[in-house]
Amino acid sequence: MRITVTVDGIEYADDVEPRQLLVHYLRDKLGKVGTVVGCDTSNCGSCTVHLDGHSVKSCSVLAVQAHGSEVTTIEGLARDGKLHPVQQAFHDNHALQCGFCTPGMIMQSIDLLADNPDPDEAAVRHGLEGNLCRCTGYQNIVKAVRDAAHQMRPGAGPEVERVDEPHVSRTKSQISGGER
Amino acid sequence: MIPAAFDYVAPTTVDSAVRALAEAGDEAKVIAGGQSLLPVLRMRLAAPTKLIDLGRIPEMRGVRDGGDHLVIGAMTTHYDVQRDPLVAEHAELIKLATDTVADPQVRHRGTFGGSLAHADPAGDLLAPALALDARFIVSGMDGRRTVSAADFFVDFFTTALHQAEILVEVHVPKHTGWTAHYEKFQRVAQAWSIVGVAATVRAEAGKIAEARIALTNMASVPIRATAVEDALIGKQATAENIKSAAEHAAEGTSPTTDGNADPAYRQHLARVLTSRALTAAAGV
Repeated sequence: MRITVTVDGIEYADDVEPRQLLVHYLRDKLGKVGTVVGCDTSNCGSCTVHLDGHSVKSCSVLAVQAHGSEVTTIEGLARDGKLHPVQQAFHDNHALQCGFCTPGMIMQSIDLLADNPDPDEAAVRHGLEGNLCRCTGYQNIVKAVRDAAHQMRPGAGPEVERVDEPHVSRTKSQISGGER
Repeated sequence: MIPAAFDYVAPTTVDSAVRALAEAGDEAKVIAGGQSLLPVLRMRLAAPTKLIDLGRIPEMRGVRDGGDHLVIGAMTTHYDVQRDPLVAEHAELIKLATDTVADPQVRHRGTFGGSLAHADPAGDLLAPALALDARFIVSGMDGRRTVSAADFFVDFFTTALHQAEILVEVHVPKHTGWTAHYEKFQRVAQAWSIVGVAATVRAEAGKIAEARIALTNMASVPIRATAVEDALIGKQATAENIKSAAEHAAEGTSPTTDGNADPAYRQHLARVLTSRALTAAAGV
């Protein structure tokens, strides 16, 4: 099936099998390996990306369901070599140990801050309930999210992710350097 | 984990979705938000040959005022239900139960109607729909019919939907001015309910004038705690009256045994959680 989807500001058109999961499309077809597969059963949240501005677990969305949509992955957050404020806050607060859950944690944190720009500790923990850290490094993750909230006042969210320049359509080979 | 191969169509109207389902036969499956179905397909607990995606049918989304009831489109996401002002005003119980469903990512994709049609006895929206006497509008090749909440849930993961029928919308009678609470007991955040209690009451001059209570995961289908309701009506909303009424919560239940709990434990939970739910709902 032919799908057209904008990922991190670039429009792609690809033939995919209906059964292909969005996370596999992102990783295997587009090379967006920053988005990781953790539990594969919709529990851990490691594969969280934004689909039309809202966080989703990309292991529980079919690539064909993303047809016509805009996807933002962890790889689409930095601008001109500058980390997104939530990425920077995770760095500053040492909010990672092994780092596997980090892409999902950051994507969900941005979503959380879009809904609630100044969450208290309980709101952060509740907002991240769909993301698991097997290192149990939650203290610094919560700290980082609250730090990011302060850095980003009055708010973060989908508008932070907007790519201002018009979308440039490129072919897959130009992006990834050939068939994967 | 990768699902078995299937064909996929995404119709844009209810009628074309029903036609596609009728033509595809028994091996087809409807996908709404996919938050229950996709894990099932990935684990290959099911392998339908065709998926009919309802995600591109605008008429199935959104909440509107139907006069004495709300009309909730089956494809309205949990996220949208949580934030809908009509739901908050006229069916607070549904809003509060929806707040507890899974996690934010799942609530962005998962849908009100998909949850109900999936009919998992541990699903949190079945009991509120039953408590509020929701009516299920179902569309098939012969047109539309209405099924009451009491008749819609038939057994574990089984509803009154026929093979070529789709749940299009749910009519929820307005319960304006009622107060509500959904009390859920789960092992960890985002886990399924071991037991849940949906309670909503209407108070008049300190007395419980009306009460509607339904239980999650206390049988193969959601059930009304009618003995508790009967014991409450006309009583003062006091902690003592609530506690004594809640003692009836396990009557008529037939909970299952699983890795989390046995029936006796679930019945104990039903009584305790009913008391908590009513205490919160009545503001005692």
